[in-house]
Amino acid sequence: MVHPLDPGVSRRILRDMIRIRAVEEAIADRYAEQKMRCPTHLSIGQEGPAAAAGAVLDGQDLAVSGHRAHAHYLAKGGDLPAMIAEIYGKATGCSRGNGGSMHLVDEAVGFMGSTAIVGGTVPVGVGLALSLAIARKPGLVCIFIGDAVLETGVFYESAGFAAVRKLPVLFVCENNLYSVYSPLDVRQPAGRALAGVAAALGLGSSSGDGNDPQAAYSLLRTAADRVRSGAGPQFVELATYRWREHCGPMFDNELGYRTESEFLAWKARDPIPRLRQSLLSDGVIDAVWLAAVHDEIQAEIDAAFTFAEASPFPESSLASADIYSREMAPFP
Amino acid sequence: MTYAEAVRDALAVALEQDPSVIVYGLGAPDPKGVFGTTLGLQQRFGQDRVFDMPTAENAMTGVGIGAALGGLRPVLTHQRLDFALLSLDQIINNAAKWRFMFGGRRGVPLTIRMILGRGWGQGPTHSQNLQAVFAHIPGLCVVSPATPADAKGLLLSAIFGEDPVIFLEHRWLHGARGETPAGDHRVPIGRAHQLRQGGDVTVVASSILSLEALQAVDHVAAQGVACDLIDLRSIRPLDWEAIETSVQRTGRLLVLDPGHETGGVAGEIIARLTTRCWGHLRAPPRRLAMPDAPESTSPALTQGYHVRAEHIATAIGELLGLQLESASLSRRSHPHDVPGAEFQGPF
Repeated sequence: MVHPLDPGVSRRILRDMIRIRAVEEAIADRYAEQKMRCPTHLSIGQEGPAAAAGAVLDGQDLAVSGHRAHAHYLAKGGDLPAMIAEIYGKATGCSRGNGGSMHLVDEAVGFMGSTAIVGGTVPVGVGLALSLAIARKPGLVCIFIGDAVLETGVFYESAGFAAVRKLPVLFVCENNLYSVYSPLDVRQPAGRALAGVAAALGLGSSSGDGNDPQAAYSLLRTAADRVRSGAGPQFVELATYRWREHCGPMFDNELGYRTESEFLAWKARDPIPRLRQSLLSDGVIDAVWLAAVHDEIQAEIDAAFTFAEASPFPESSLASADIYSREMAPFP
Repeated sequence: MTYAEAVRDALAVALEQDPSVIVYGLGAPDPKGVFGTTLGLQQRFGQDRVFDMPTAENAMTGVGIGAALGGLRPVLTHQRLDFALLSLDQIINNAAKWRFMFGGRRGVPLTIRMILGRGWGQGPTHSQNLQAVFAHIPGLCVVSPATPADAKGLLLSAIFGEDPVIFLEHRWLHGARGETPAGDHRVPIGRAHQLRQGGDVTVVASSILSLEALQAVDHVAAQGVACDLIDLRSIRPLDWEAIETSVQRTGRLLVLDPGHETGGVAGEIIARLTTRCWGHLRAPPRRLAMPDAPESTSPALTQGYHVRAEHIATAIGELLGLQLESASLSRRSHPHDVPGAEFQGPF
C-alpha cells in the first residue's frame, strides 16, 4: 500500500535532508583544517533513505549503523554537537573521542551504535531485537546497511536467525552501487537483485528509489508496520548514490572508477529539490518556511562547531581507561 | 559434584536468580546437553531463556552483544573453542571494544564458554587451546578453571560481571569431582589460587595442567622438594602479585602452558617475571607447553604431545639440579589419550 506523506511527515523529511546535507557540507568545508583527524564518510546525495527512515521510526525503536552513519544518527535524533565534537576527538564527543566519525552513539534516542567493520552491527541489531522480543517490549530495531553488507557472511547468519525467530528487525539497505571503488558487477552476479536475495532468506522484501523520499517513506512505513504486526524481519533496498569520495570531503570522479555522466545523472535526481518542489507546488511549505529552516539549521551547525572547537581534549590518562568495568579496572 | 555438574549448577543458579540471564548455543537443549552442562535447563527455565541456535557462530556472538546491550546477560556455548574462531570479528572488534570505542558508557556482559578438546582423535581442529589469542586482546577477560568449585564460581562471576569473558572449559575436566559450594558461589576473576605451599620452586599452572601439576608436586614432596603451586584460574587479568610474591621467595619458576609454546601465556609470564624479579632468580625460568605443532588425530602421534605429571616432576628436579624420580608417574591404568578408563569417545 502507498502511504501518502502527510504535511507534518513530509516537512520533517525535507527538513532532515536539508539538515543532514548542511551538516556534512560544513564538515567538508572545514575538513582541510586538519582539526577533524579521522576517516569521515559523507552521505551527501544519499540523504533520502535516512530521512525517510527517521520519519518511520518511533522513539522506542532502536537503530544501529555502519561506517557511513552521520545521516542515520541525525535522522534518529542523535545529538549534533556531540557528533561534531566526536569527529574533533574531544572529551564532549558522543564516544568521548575514542570512536570518531565511525563510532556514533546516542542511546537516549535509541541510536545504539555505529561501527567501522562492514556488517559488524548487523548481528548486534538482531541481538537487540532478541532482547525486545524476550522482554515482550514494543518497538523494532532498524539496521542500516549498504549494498556491500550483502557480501558479508555475518549478514546471512544474522538474517537467518532473525527470520527463524521472527524478530522485530527492519533492514534498511542503501544501495549506492559502490563498495569503496568496486562496482556492484564485480560483487554480485548479473540479474541477482539484493532484494531478491533477502526474500530468499525469508525476509519480507521490497525495493525502490531512495532518492524519491515519498516512495522511500511509503516502502519503509509498510515494512515497519509489518514488523510491528509480528510478521518478522523486513528488508527494504533503496537505490541511491553518494556524490563525494568514499572517504573524505572531495569529489573523486577523476579517478575513473565511475563515469562523470553516471554521477551527473544521479545528481539530477537529487532527493532534496525533488521533495522541495513537490511540497512547494502543493502548498505544504513556502519560501518563508524554507528560509526559516535554513537559518535555524545554520545557527545550530555554527553552535555545534563552536562547541566542538571550544571543548577540551580528553585527559591523556584516558588513553588506557574504559577498557574494563570499574570492577576489573584495577588489574593490569 | 563433577565439573560438568558444577557448570550446570552455576547456569541454573544464574537463571534462577536473574531473569535477564539467557543461555544458548548449538545443542544447548539437545538430549546430551553439551556434555551434561546444560541438561534440563530448557525444561526448567523455558525456551525463551535457554535455546538452540543456527550454526552461525559469528552472528550468534553479535546477537549476544546486542542482547547484552538490550539489558540481558547472555551465556553462549561452543562445544569446541575451534568453532568459536569463526566469531573472532564479533569478539575482538565488538565485544572487547564496545566499552572503549563508545567512550566507556557501557560494556558488554557476555560470557562465551569454549570447550577445549584433547585426545581420542580430536585432531588438529578440535583440540586447540588458544588462550593466548584471547588473552592478547584488551577488553576481554579469559578464565580457565581447573576445579568444579572454581568452574562454578568463575562462571557466576563472569555472568554477573560487566565485561566480556572467555570461559575456557577443558573437556577432560568435565568428569573431575570436587567439593562445590551450594548457591551463588562466586570466585573473583583475576585472582589465582595457591594449591600447595613450599619454598623450593614456584609452579604456575592452569586448567587441566593444574591437576597434572598437583600430582607432580605431591610426588616430589615425598622426595623432599616443596613447591608453591599456583593455579592461575584467570589468564586475563592475571594475578601477577601471586606469582611475584612466590618467585621472590623461591627464586625458581616453572610455568605450565596448555597452549602452544611460541607466543604463549607462559612466555609472557616468564618475560614479566624476569624483568620484575631478576634479582631474586636463582635459576633460569622454565616452561613446559604444547609443541609448536597441531595435535595429530592418530593416537600413535599424540604420545608425549601433552605435558604430563612426569614431565613436570622432571622439570622441577632440573630447576634444582636434582634427579627426582618421575617415571612412576607415567604408569597409568588407561590409554594416554583419554582422561580415564571410563572415557570411550566419541568426543
